Amino acid sequence: MTTGFWHQVAAVIERDLLRERRRGDVLWITIPFGAIALLLIPLAVGTDAALLRQIGPGMYWVIVMLFGVLVAVGKASSETLPQQDASSLAGLDPAAGFVGRSVSSGVLLLIFELVVGLVAVGLYNISVIGIPWLVLTLVLAAAGLALLGTLTGAIVNSTSAGTTLVPLLVAPLSVPLLLGATQAYDGLRFGHSILSWVLVMATVVLIVAMIGVLTARPLQET
Amino acid sequence: MSGAPLVELSGVGVRIGSSQILRDIDLQIDAGEIVGLFGANGAGKTTALRLIATLIRPAQGRGMVLGADLTSPDRYEIRRRIGMIGHVPGIYPEMTLGENLRYSARLAGVATTKIPEVLAAVGLAGAIDRTAGASSHGMQRRAEFARELMIDRSLLLLDEPHSALDRDAVDLVEGLIERKADEGGAVIIVSHDRDRINAIASRSVELTGGTLT
Repeated sequence: MTTGFWHQVAAVIERDLLRERRRGDVLWITIPFGAIALLLIPLAVGTDAALLRQIGPGMYWVIVMLFGVLVAVGKASSETLPQQDASSLAGLDPAAGFVGRSVSSGVLLLIFELVVGLVAVGLYNISVIGIPWLVLTLVLAAAGLALLGTLTGAIVNSTSAGTTLVPLLVAPLSVPLLLGATQAYDGLRFGHSILSWVLVMATVVLIVAMIGVLTARPLQET
Repeated sequence: MSGAPLVELSGVGVRIGSSQILRDIDLQIDAGEIVGLFGANGAGKTTALRLIATLIRPAQGRGMVLGADLTSPDRYEIRRRIGMIGHVPGIYPEMTLGENLRYSARLAGVATTKIPEVLAAVGLAGAIDRTAGASSHGMQRRAEFARELMIDRSLLLLDEPHSALDRDAVDLVEGLIERKADEGGAVIIVSHDRDRINAIASRSVELTGGTLT
């Protein structure tokens, strides 16, 4: 990958974050809805503090997964064909486009995770332990979901099946991320090593990143 | 004009999904030419432009654009020498006109210091900080012409370039088209306004039902 490649990645990240700052889709729509989803759970299961404390981390990660994929798929599909054509004809390498979109979605997802995480901590009285490992888990989850959502968005854009494909594509690949994140938190809580779960998440991130980069060109043309 | 043709299509067909949009297209365009491309709605004009822009692969036949085969990876290398302005602007409405050009410049590896100069060249000197979405359709089109000036293109593909432009802008655009041809590039113009295009084009071709006539 050349210097030009990384310049293009940086240009795409700057574009996406600039657009998000002006539109505020994640800040003003997704984050509040994520927080509301967390608020609704006690209404469904009751206000038993011990139960909420026990299921809180799992509920948090389910909400992060669901909203996270929606954010990343939405960002990947937010460009019109003329906008995509203009980028291509300015010389955008499809792989650089994939990496740039994934990084910008990852940044937004990390913000989502942190804000909704604070709500979860306050609402369910979840313990914040093993902060360096917890941060690593959050970063890997954000990266994995962003890559997965961006790849799914590219596949959806390239086929006539449209968004009906999203659940079929996302569900199997997000399971290892969800498992890794929830098991890593449980490991931290009970003082077990979480290295194996972190490696599972990192492996998913690497696999989806490689698939995304290698299929960027063919997907753009189908 | 001497040298290899800038565009050379031989028996080219394009399918989109299950529809055959273009069939048996033979077309050669040399440096210095301005070619008018006419046809009814749905004749395949926009698809033809996207094919020549290397954005669609042909399903049949053989095509060369700026020396690159339309099916080979070389086409990625020549894309930044092809400019295309469609009838829907390819700019981001949330960003300013200047930010849109800066984004394109960074992708193309062009110095961003050229942005004020090219905006001034299309009559948008004071509009660099104006949000694209708050700009008129005509201003957005001018900004797209500024982008094509900024990235030095060999081939310009224009879809209804006169729409939404006032008289001054039309004169400006026609000047740019003629300059591009004089500099050894080529321009293909899709339009329904035959009289206006015939006045500047060196020749014209017609698409009927996906076939050139």
